[in-house]
Amino acid sequence: MSVRDMLLIALFAGIIAALGLLPPINLPLAGGVPITAQSLGVTLAGVMLGAQRGALAAALFLIAVALGAPLLAGGRGGISVFTGPTAGFILGFVPAAFVTGWLFEAWSARLGVFLEATTAALIGGYLVLNLLGIPVLAWIKNQTFREAGAVALTLLPGGVLKAVATGVVGYLAEGLGTRRG
Amino acid sequence: MISGYLARGTPLHCVPAGAKLTALALLSLALLPVDDWRLLAAGLCLVLAVYAALGREALRRIALLRPFLILFAIIAAFQLLTATWQDAAASILRLVLMILLADLVTMTTRMQDMMAALMPVLKLLGFSAASRKKLSLMVSLAVRFVPLLAENWNARDEAWRARSGRRAPLRQVAPFLAETLRTSDHIAEALDARGFAANRGRRSK
Repeated sequence: MSVRDMLLIALFAGIIAALGLLPPINLPLAGGVPITAQSLGVTLAGVMLGAQRGALAAALFLIAVALGAPLLAGGRGGISVFTGPTAGFILGFVPAAFVTGWLFEAWSARLGVFLEATTAALIGGYLVLNLLGIPVLAWIKNQTFREAGAVALTLLPGGVLKAVATGVVGYLAEGLGTRRG
Repeated sequence: MISGYLARGTPLHCVPAGAKLTALALLSLALLPVDDWRLLAAGLCLVLAVYAALGREALRRIALLRPFLILFAIIAAFQLLTATWQDAAASILRLVLMILLADLVTMTTRMQDMMAALMPVLKLLGFSAASRKKLSLMVSLAVRFVPLLAENWNARDEAWRARSGRRAPLRQVAPFLAETLRTSDHIAEALDARGFAANRGRRSK
């Protein structure tokens, strides 16, 4: 890993953290899962850095949180977030970034950057994240399959919005020639 | 600098980070099988007493749990539907207890000490001395990037406002990203120029 790669990984870990400064939305329907811009940072890291470095950026962010930096949306941090009810979503950041980056890399410019990045972000940032986050939540809450499905549906509009935002940024970055893919 | 750390020294600050983390891990493991709500309630009172002993600032940290209140209420409601109230009370109490215990460690340990406590674990996992040093630098860089990003965006927003009277449009994200990536490259060059040999981790003098 070059020094430049190290800095890019640290930068995107910082971007994930900075997006947590935007206030989260708490919907009772979402079963206590806050809707935040943080997962947008995760998919952005995947699209801009690729699978490996994107996943490393998400992992670095989690290490900083575990060490006590209150960087999760809503100002949470420390080890307690990994034993809390939303632990599955938080730990899911790493595979989410990886899948997003991997899908985006695998497509290699046939659909156009915007569509590719949006689809990759939707699968990585919404599907993968919920597949990991919701079972943990349902397990802690003793939920049925249906109730868990309701949570996933509530999170869908935000997920689509964030995927489109990833697509837009990926498209803009391509135009500038700054994508580090 | 932003941190969950309590700046004022308390007796718990003096306990080494490794010991606190080990105690936390053991306590959490011990708590998992406990199903008796009375035991858990007693534990919670004990932990709250520790918070109170640490001072008012520590007690104020408990307010940070507020976003979880809805979640706790929902969990309790579900549990009441499917199980007895004793089970419901036990699961909520256990959750709160584990979160408060972990926050106790976070509040009384500096990030550097946490990082230092992590090092032996990383060594066991097969990280070389060089990559451990790299990791701790990257954590510091990532944390430092957060206020830097916020400052850069605010500067851009102010410049836009001064000229148009409106907020910077989302279109500005593209040049902002370009500027940010350039900054990161500059820092990489600066580190290289000062002999931070990332590939070998050798300290040059």
